[in-house]
Amino acid sequence: MIYEGKRKIWSDYQKEIPDDHYFYVRSCIRQSFFPASERTFLDIVKNKLQKDFFETEHHTTCGGIAYHSDAIPQETVMTIIARQFALMHKYGYENYVCSCITSFGLYTETLETWREFPELEAKIKQILWDTCKLEFSKPAYLAHASDIIYKYRNLIAARAKYKLIDKTTGRPLRVVEHIGCHYSKMFPSKGVGGAEYPYVLTGMIEAWGGEVIDYPERRHCCGFGFRQYLVRSNRGYSLSNTHKKFESMEPYKPDMIITNCPGCPYFLDRWQYVISEMEGKTYGENGHGIPVFTYEEVAGLVMGYDPWDLGLQTHQVGVEPLLDKIGIPYDPETKYKGPGNKDLGQPERPSCLK
Amino acid sequence: MGKLYDRLILDYRIQEGLRACINCGTCTAICPAAEFYKYDPRKIVDIVQSKDEEEIEALLKSETIWYCGECMSCVTRCPRKNAPGLVIMALRSLSMELEYFAESEKGRQQYALAKVLCGNILNYGYCVYPRTFKYSMHPEAGKVWEWQEKHMQDVYSRLGANLDGDGTGALRRIPQEDLDQLQRIFDATGATDRLRIIREVSMQKAEELGLSEEEYFDKVFNQTEKDHLNR
Repeated sequence: MIYEGKRKIWSDYQKEIPDDHYFYVRSCIRQSFFPASERTFLDIVKNKLQKDFFETEHHTTCGGIAYHSDAIPQETVMTIIARQFALMHKYGYENYVCSCITSFGLYTETLETWREFPELEAKIKQILWDTCKLEFSKPAYLAHASDIIYKYRNLIAARAKYKLIDKTTGRPLRVVEHIGCHYSKMFPSKGVGGAEYPYVLTGMIEAWGGEVIDYPERRHCCGFGFRQYLVRSNRGYSLSNTHKKFESMEPYKPDMIITNCPGCPYFLDRWQYVISEMEGKTYGENGHGIPVFTYEEVAGLVMGYDPWDLGLQTHQVGVEPLLDKIGIPYDPETKYKGPGNKDLGQPERPSCLK
Repeated sequence: MGKLYDRLILDYRIQEGLRACINCGTCTAICPAAEFYKYDPRKIVDIVQSKDEEEIEALLKSETIWYCGECMSCVTRCPRKNAPGLVIMALRSLSMELEYFAESEKGRQQYALAKVLCGNILNYGYCVYPRTFKYSMHPEAGKVWEWQEKHMQDVYSRLGANLDGDGTGALRRIPQEDLDQLQRIFDATGATDRLRIIREVSMQKAEELGLSEEEYFDKVFNQTEKDHLNR
């Protein structure tokens, strides 16, 4: 009886993710800090798995970061979103996938608000026509790009060259999964597994051989907080939240962290650097940090992409100890090289973090 | 029923985010901002729900409405399906509309946020754009970002981005016709008006403080004088 009840509750948080034919939109933060992740995503889905993902140069930001910093009104982001939907419609797609979690939350919120207040949707439709001479259709399906990799996780596992396993001991790697707040905290039914037990990254980790760590602050925000990071004098907020998470996960000795939000991996990576500079504290083994990855980077690693093609050299926390642990080869000489092996020098070393 | 409350409930986010708060404080317990700042979303929602005109006006002029990080963790846990985070967003919007935001130190930061973010959107089509994300303003981005900034074109090229290029790809140059559409959307939906209000009120404040525009930006972006922290 209890099991049946649990199964019913769980079924509310499953998503029937379409297999193919998506209109793809980029993320302001992911393309700025993890551009190779977006390249890897498109390479996996289009070239390795032969799926149809379309991108147009005419799409823009959704405005989400400005909206959540209260710099622009709700009707402004809604109209920008309506414009994105109009582009999807124009190019003949009905499944919409975004790279950004802030966008995903905002698209979800917008669609729910329009459902509750149809007069607002009609107003936005008119504004879009008046300003851009465009008409939109709402997506038949809205996905975050991590939903897609979750959907294809077993196809990726079938093509994997490496597993999330310590090659020396054979033990599964201990992985922290961190879900961006706007993925499912506002609308739990829109995320794979809901808000309390999201399965989108856990599914990937399990399919690729790792073991998920549960720890007390697992669902705590990374601390972006929009204005709380973007304004320099507020950044203690952001740092403190990341610090709280690392203090909480430290006793479980994570080998790595995987995230699905574009901002979270930046914060969880960079604040480790700041904590090490401020307090001399590091959270990984032997003075190293805990490496933080996007889900595209991890998919790329297990599929055998070159770590530097994935952009792992632009993380502040070094990834080499983890690559060694898995047995992924890399060339230290080419780590910081530019196109055509151009010499770009090297970043200055942090004073504490190895 | 007071006028400020009447204006607040015109905001769809109040209609969606404030149904019937039972004042249990679960939002405050889960809130990352409440742990860091002197902040209590339960009290804020209670004041709005009370419809007390004076208290709402004080809230609109206060530091406290600017402490939320809009992570929306409160939404998941509220037993009555309220969204304190959405209530905060409506309060912030009204605070700017009524030109109250500049009365608080945290509210004055809207000047820097609006300038940087809306500048990026209207000039480049992105909220965040690497050429305006300066290491000097973001030392926490690390030595690796300092290096990346120095070799920006080469690093992005190595990573498969199309920085300022034509066609598709990460960080491509967005065609002018699309940027023009964003500007028209800003004009038609109140964003241009909000930017004008933020700028005019901020420049008045700068004058009161005897600061140039540049000095005012530096002050609101870099400095905190009040004790905002929960300790």
